[in-house]
Amino acid sequence: MKSKVTKLAGLLLGVAAVTSLQVQAETLRLLTWGGYAPQEVIELFQQETGIEVKVTKSNNEDMISKLRATGGAGFDLAQPSQDRISSAQAEFNIYRPIDLARIKSDLFIPSMLEATVKNTSIGDKVYGVPHVWGTSGLVVNRKAAPDVRDYTDLCDDALAGRVSYRLKRPTLIAFAFALGEDPFAAYGDRAQYARILEKVSARLTECKPNVKKYWSGSDDLLNLIRSGEVVAAMAWDAGGWKLNKEDPDTTFVAPKSGALGWIDTFALPRKSKAEDAAYQWINFVMRPDIAAKITAESSYFTASKGASALVEKEQTRRFEESFPQAAIDNIKWYPPVPAGLEEMEGKVLDRIKAHR
Amino acid sequence: MKRSQFGLGFWLLLAPLLLWLVLLILLPHVDLLLISLRLRSGPGTYRFSLHHYAEFFTEPLYWRTFLRTAIMSLLATLLTLLIAFPLAYYIAKMMRGRAKQLLFLLCLIPFWVSELVRTYGWMILLRESGVVSGLLQWSGLTGAPLEMLYNDAAIMVGLVYTAMLFMVVPLITTLDSLDDSLIEAGYDLGGNGWNLLWEVVVPHAMPGIVSGCIVVFMLTLGNYLTPTLLGGKDSLWFTEQIYTQFITRFNWEQGSAFGILLLLLSSLMVWLGLRLSGQSFTQVMGR
Repeated sequence: MKSKVTKLAGLLLGVAAVTSLQVQAETLRLLTWGGYAPQEVIELFQQETGIEVKVTKSNNEDMISKLRATGGAGFDLAQPSQDRISSAQAEFNIYRPIDLARIKSDLFIPSMLEATVKNTSIGDKVYGVPHVWGTSGLVVNRKAAPDVRDYTDLCDDALAGRVSYRLKRPTLIAFAFALGEDPFAAYGDRAQYARILEKVSARLTECKPNVKKYWSGSDDLLNLIRSGEVVAAMAWDAGGWKLNKEDPDTTFVAPKSGALGWIDTFALPRKSKAEDAAYQWINFVMRPDIAAKITAESSYFTASKGASALVEKEQTRRFEESFPQAAIDNIKWYPPVPAGLEEMEGKVLDRIKAHR
Repeated sequence: MKRSQFGLGFWLLLAPLLLWLVLLILLPHVDLLLISLRLRSGPGTYRFSLHHYAEFFTEPLYWRTFLRTAIMSLLATLLTLLIAFPLAYYIAKMMRGRAKQLLFLLCLIPFWVSELVRTYGWMILLRESGVVSGLLQWSGLTGAPLEMLYNDAAIMVGLVYTAMLFMVVPLITTLDSLDDSLIEAGYDLGGNGWNLLWEVVVPHAMPGIVSGCIVVFMLTLGNYLTPTLLGGKDSLWFTEQIYTQFITRFNWEQGSAFGILLLLLSSLMVWLGLRLSGQSFTQVMGR
């Protein structure tokens, strides 16, 4: 027993020594989403700058949790959504301000940069600049489920056991819109928001028997749809377009009550050890030619100005098929989440999950 | 003479173990307890409170999940024992030489891959477009695809499978040490198979049974992967609640309270198990 412990301790020390050595060589530890840093782009970046990029795939809640646990250490650059930055920063102090002078702002689509900077500011300090944007809506197999036009159509009896969505806050928001409410307008009014949540909760509980499974990651969902086990789901647009490449019947549909628009950003963790590398990476991936590569790889569109002209035709066709002009105008963009709301939502989500 | 027994060498050799216990087990638990006893009163400020424990007892959702996890874990332990006992008896008592080693190895082999991979294996077998469903359709037993995943039975199958080895190994070791002549003597004295099982084999194997049960119960109670992946929308496992509180709700205080409660539950169950079976902890763990 004792020798095992000693061996293990030695091993741990060894691992620690190796990792600390690696950090000393110039590396950028990137906390991001799947598909945002394709291998090809990482290699090009290393050729150009000599900096090695180490990618950790994550999601919004996980990013905040990871950075919170270390007080903002362990990563040099993170990519949370723009609406989740200011509350997390006020609560846990995990980011450091971004120096806009070190960002090549002419690489960005001006309106998107401006909106993100505004939403991620506390006082005169800016905590985020935009990178990738997209929407949540419906991914539908149009042959098997021709009538799905809005989120609530997922609860149709005809589709029992054939639909999927996540049990997370975007689903609550989406169903609220589909039920004719405006949750974003109620962000500042807790009583009103609680009333909306009650209504959404009732609908989602009622809808639960229809759900095959609450999906947890995009691969999970794509497999459910590929195998034909699920024919309609609430999901990200890029997932729908990815499936469209394989099967023309399946694609992303912008819901009648509006797709939910999100922008994922670049934010600097408070104890980032490679700030220079982080700025270099931001300015590198925002170049139109690099941004187009990211879009080609993952189907996500970026806030890079001029990249859309370089994106292949098929990709643009898919986008236009899913988003007629009216649907673009109807996108509901997430405003910053005030503190405290997520706690209310959490309880509601727990109750839906526990209901049998 | 006494002094030299606890000399420098002794302490140096003990140091890694002590460091391990104190730094990686004791301190985190103390911290967990402290976090669970505070309540956020404003951004970044906290005060002492039992709120998070009260929350557990007043919100039916939480204690129902807690109870469900405990009962399902007990059931899984029982099922594992029922399946593993005949198996272990067969390997330890009926087999000899190479065949015995081979069978033992066969029990081990699935554990050369990680739990995650094994669970995905079950998902491939049980899902609607999976192997079992395909076989049933091919043989004409069912007309339509059959969904066997995402229910409690699937969770149970996964849990029992995951825990099997930890029951089989202690059982084989204890059964191995049972002298065959004792069984023969039992028959000579006029006992039948049933008497022998209850009067000779089970009492002898008791330490192995209890230690297997304790390990399996604790593994099952603290399992996260299997219930979440195989249970789907109705999984509801207590560890999942802890994960949710920590990771998606940023509520470390509530999560810590749940963690402490889970620790208390498993300690209580182990104590009860030892009490009811009349075994002592040192005897059981020495096996």
